[in-house]
Amino acid sequence: MEIVLVGLNHRTAPVEVRERVSYTAEQASRAASELRSRGILEETLVLSTCNRSEVYGVPPESSHESAAGLSSFLSEFHKVQPDILSVSLYHHYDRQAVRHLFRVSAGLDSMMLGEAEILGQVREAYKFAYEQGATGPVLNRMFQAALEVGKRVRSETELGTRPMSVASAGVKLAERIFGKLGQRTALVLGAGTISEQVMLQLRDRGIGQLLLMNRSRERAETLATEFHGTVVPWGEWRDALQSPDVIVSSVAAEEPILERATLEQAMAARGNRALFIMDLGLPRNIEPAAAEIYNVYLYNLDDLGGIVQQSRAMRENEIPRAETIVDEHVGKFLSWQASVELVGLVDELRARLQHERTAFVHERMETMKHLSAHDRQQMETLMGELLEKLLLEPAERLRGEKELRRKIQNVEALRDLFLSNREKQ
Amino acid sequence: MLLGLGLVTHYFALLERSRGLHTVPYHDLYGSMSLFGWLLALTYLALEFYHQQRSVGAFAVPFILAFFITAHLAPADRLSPTVAHGVVFALHVTLSILAYAAFALSFVLSVIYLAEERLLRSRKLSNVVWRLPSLELLERMSHSSVLVGVISIAIGTVLGFIWVDRLTGQYWFYDPKYVITLVVLFLYLLYFQLARSTAWRGARASKLCVFNFFVVVMSFTVVNLYLSHSHRYF
Repeated sequence: MEIVLVGLNHRTAPVEVRERVSYTAEQASRAASELRSRGILEETLVLSTCNRSEVYGVPPESSHESAAGLSSFLSEFHKVQPDILSVSLYHHYDRQAVRHLFRVSAGLDSMMLGEAEILGQVREAYKFAYEQGATGPVLNRMFQAALEVGKRVRSETELGTRPMSVASAGVKLAERIFGKLGQRTALVLGAGTISEQVMLQLRDRGIGQLLLMNRSRERAETLATEFHGTVVPWGEWRDALQSPDVIVSSVAAEEPILERATLEQAMAARGNRALFIMDLGLPRNIEPAAAEIYNVYLYNLDDLGGIVQQSRAMRENEIPRAETIVDEHVGKFLSWQASVELVGLVDELRARLQHERTAFVHERMETMKHLSAHDRQQMETLMGELLEKLLLEPAERLRGEKELRRKIQNVEALRDLFLSNREKQ
Repeated sequence: MLLGLGLVTHYFALLERSRGLHTVPYHDLYGSMSLFGWLLALTYLALEFYHQQRSVGAFAVPFILAFFITAHLAPADRLSPTVAHGVVFALHVTLSILAYAAFALSFVLSVIYLAEERLLRSRKLSNVVWRLPSLELLERMSHSSVLVGVISIAIGTVLGFIWVDRLTGQYWFYDPKYVITLVVLFLYLLYFQLARSTAWRGARASKLCVFNFFVVVMSFTVVNLYLSHSHRYF
């Protein structure tokens, strides 16, 4: 057993359990150092997001109980009954653990398939653990590979490019028109939860300026403080429509609040600068005929919902391609790991044989009194050369031939065969 | 990268050809198309570098390649010495062709713009929309491209007059090419102005840009082949 993973996620544990087993940065660092000081793990990394809490580790060579030890440590650390925890926890080893991590960073294991945040969270968790000195060669390599998998999946498949919610669909569409939103202004009409979701998306995409307009100014002020926006007075369209590039509207109103004529005038006043409108109201807030105005892009709930439907199907179609990338990197990682182990094995074998040789030669030559010191020296050298010659070729081949390394599946068995001390014990 | 490498090698091929002629390759279709293709790729790379954006490449590069291929299919005259020599003349030819290359690029960008705009306005989004560069970027790149074109065609034309003056002692002799060049220059200046700040910005300006390029193509074909006697292939 080389790599162990114990964790729980949105599929195995309800939110009440997840929130009890989550880690703050301080807790993550404390857990990592305790796990190492107690000898449960040699390398550790804690990955804690709102949908998962996982501990990755490399146990010491002698330990075959690391998963059990890890589970009981977790229940102690988080003060959760072991029986509650054991229902939710999953354990993965070696190939499965590596594969799990790679799928996580690819966004394949996320609640929202292909979401982008997880890659950043994996990167942060790795950086944190690395800086704390909690990781070692195995986890370093594994997490660097995981980040590469995440990047490749996002650039080579469409898993992460498609919007998954109405709010993100709208914001992504705005980016199709305006490019980066850093220099752009958005006007949000209404201050309900939908408005808030869109504002979150807009802020994530770096919107330049946020304007808020709401019938109740008070509620708008609260949201404005939260999002660093500016409140503009309700209904003063002439001023309000002058600067924004994006308008988001979700107001409960029987009649459209913005009519075609109003928008036409506004467009003329702003020199037909392009305007993207997301009408998220039901009944609709913007008169549908406004879509015919030059340089106005008007999308309503159904349009955006259609895009979300389309991209959900598209994302699901991309899963096999993403899985292929994951598998490719799992293979790469395992063969790296095997090669490190094999090369290490040969080095150990050589040290062991050299040691045996010295003892052996000294013992046998005790009786050969007729040999001069020079002869003894020469005998010893000859034996050494023979050993080197015997070991050199396999060592070179192991370093050079990938295919050979792949064929040797069970390094532990080789270690057992050549290096175990059973006879002497 | 690959395009950059291609540019360098193509540059040497051009150099070879102009050594043989002692001037820039202009007098046969192969030469001028080849120079055209080279400058087209150069302009594109410059724009890409300037705007720090590579997403347009997938759409623009095939177009550039098409030009290279056409150039290779075009008949190459044997290299015969010509009357036209000199730095001024060489610059005149190069700048004019650079201008046409830049206009061609802005044409491609505008066509992509119009297609994407249509898709976005129809609200029927196909998968391709998510791969296209943003409208704003296409517009900006098309702008810079036209700016390059306008500046180089202006300088190129002035140099042409200077050269004619040196050769014949008179500034002006009537050639339909002059008229069409002035028309082209005017149309592109109009586009530049309209697309920047007026009610025409967006799709209308892009349509004008597409139309302008048809005028350029006219200048390349009808005027060159049938009307002008001093501008055969550019």
